[in-house]
Amino acid sequence: MSAVQPELLRVTGLSVSYRLHEAGRRAALLHAVRDVSFELAGGQTLGIVGESGSGKSSIARALLRLVPASSGQACFDGQDLLQLRGAPLQRMRRSLQLIFQDPLASLDPRMSAEETVSEPLRVFEPALSAAERSARARVMLEAVGLSERYLPRLPHELSGGQAQRIAIARALILRPRLLFCDEPLSSLDVSIKSQIGNLLMQLQAQLGLSMVFISHDLAAVRFACSRVLVLYLGRVMELADRDALFSAARHPYTRALLQSAPLPDPRLARRRPAGTLGGEIPSPLAPPSGCVFRTRCAHAIDRCAAQIPALRRVGGSLVACHRAEEIAPY
Amino acid sequence: MNSPSSAEPLLQLQDVSVAYRTASGAAVPVVRGVNLQLAPGEILGLAGESGSGKTQLLLSIIGLNGQHAQLTGSVRYRGQELLGRPIAELNRVRGARIATVFQDPATALNPYLPIGRQLSEVLRFHGGVPGRLARERACELLEAVQVADPHRRLQQYPHELSGGMRQRVVIAMALMASPEILLADEPTTALDVTVQSQILRLLLQLRERHGIAMVLVSHDMGVIAGLADRVAVMYAGRIVEQAGIDALFEQPQHPYSEALQRCVPSLAGPLPQRLPSIPGAPPDPAALAPGCAFAPRCAYRLALCEQRLPELREAGPGHWKACHYDQPLGRLRGELT
Repeated sequence: MSAVQPELLRVTGLSVSYRLHEAGRRAALLHAVRDVSFELAGGQTLGIVGESGSGKSSIARALLRLVPASSGQACFDGQDLLQLRGAPLQRMRRSLQLIFQDPLASLDPRMSAEETVSEPLRVFEPALSAAERSARARVMLEAVGLSERYLPRLPHELSGGQAQRIAIARALILRPRLLFCDEPLSSLDVSIKSQIGNLLMQLQAQLGLSMVFISHDLAAVRFACSRVLVLYLGRVMELADRDALFSAARHPYTRALLQSAPLPDPRLARRRPAGTLGGEIPSPLAPPSGCVFRTRCAHAIDRCAAQIPALRRVGGSLVACHRAEEIAPY
Repeated sequence: MNSPSSAEPLLQLQDVSVAYRTASGAAVPVVRGVNLQLAPGEILGLAGESGSGKTQLLLSIIGLNGQHAQLTGSVRYRGQELLGRPIAELNRVRGARIATVFQDPATALNPYLPIGRQLSEVLRFHGGVPGRLARERACELLEAVQVADPHRRLQQYPHELSGGMRQRVVIAMALMASPEILLADEPTTALDVTVQSQILRLLLQLRERHGIAMVLVSHDMGVIAGLADRVAVMYAGRIVEQAGIDALFEQPQHPYSEALQRCVPSLAGPLPQRLPSIPGAPPDPAALAPGCAFAPRCAYRLALCEQRLPELREAGPGHWKACHYDQPLGRLRGELT
């Protein structure tokens, strides 16, 4: 990893809640993200991991202002992203871009690769001529490893890997400073997954990009991220540098995730103790009291039901667990 | 050609091919001349990427490839030919002797019917078991697949269950008629890793307790490594390597199997600057070149590879490969990008 650059993004106490309306019932408040704080240095990649429903995507959407945050601050470039309105918000959007899991669903089926990739220029650099836009699109396409013969292609004429390259080109053509990747590799085949993973890393180094990399795939996160945030039912369980997390995970949930990940080695897989994590993530409409993870935790004690554990420093990690010191790192 | 297993096969596929007729009249081959055997109680993994033909091969066992598919070859279950049998006869085998678990439990269940009705329907269809007995069996099986509070679950609709719970219900449904073979197509791909490891453990228990044999389709070498006894790796509709699970992972003989494993990033060990990947993309089945379909992406390619299709041949005891390259692999590792 390159030398740590100054801080680019500081998120403090971010919460996101959704109001649910169901016929015949009173509106309920679903707390998708609760009191999440983290920092991201320039050129760094922060991984966000956790099961479905843990709030990973809601963090990205709130920071991109696609859904409203219910509280918190997100200091980016001296401004609070969550307070921006009107023209300053619009100007900020070019610095923050997003790529999604399924490129074939995220691209407009009626737009050619060239139209998709150059569309952000239409919005943000309206003074450019069509020829200039086209030239920039060509350069960008080449940067993501596609020749210009792909320019006229429609999404259905592309493979999943090619479509994801187009989505990356569209996201990067405005030279954003922060790229959110929401499960960018999950829908791709094994051999293509590593091509796209390598491409993202290479572009990050070339462009000095910072990234937020959302994934349920721990091995991909280990490869791509310098720092990792483990989320469960909207709360931070553990926040640590990559090496600390993968060599000495402190939180029982992080350990359970590591133990559950499939191991591509049959002898190791047979030797490994059965994962300790039973059951499933509870409904975010009725989260457990105290530590939200306690209902599935093998180490839970009375205190865990009574008191929400604060995020505190244990070894090289920030951990939200009352018993972090007693549990041997994984 | 014989396949590696020595026990009397429960299931034997010989020279199975599947092709799809297109609007232009051409037939597009998606499975090409596959030979396979499944022994009682054995878990056979079918590995490979999207489009390699693994799901089509799985479906050909019970003739579910659809009306535009042309199936040829032979599929024998306990010596009895299944391929080409009338649907009414096939239906006595499907779900009863050979059951299927599909990838997405949300679409495998009928959203309009309570779970209990869907489970007991299997027994009413296969053997006319009365409703009350069928419900008792459904309850037992929900317990066996670790669904808590089974009596209440029987009244519920699929949308009231989580993804992991639905997949347990689908597995319970597959077990209703006590099948001998379970065909599982990416059974954990739609699930979270924690739930995935629970379901994989459950499948292993079912084999231990009931001796059910399985054919497991997965693109995830980690899932295959955790569950299968033997693996067939598919590429462009053919088996390119077949071996016992340990041999395949420790000494892969086909460049594609080797590359597939190396592409999977690891949770431990040294961290590479770049992930190994396989250059290019899988071929279009409508435009296959005459030689080895993997040759254009292969780091070990010989001149011969682009001319002649390599046959599947025995490279060691129980270890089969379809590759012209005869030197040990690994030598060219650095050249794989």
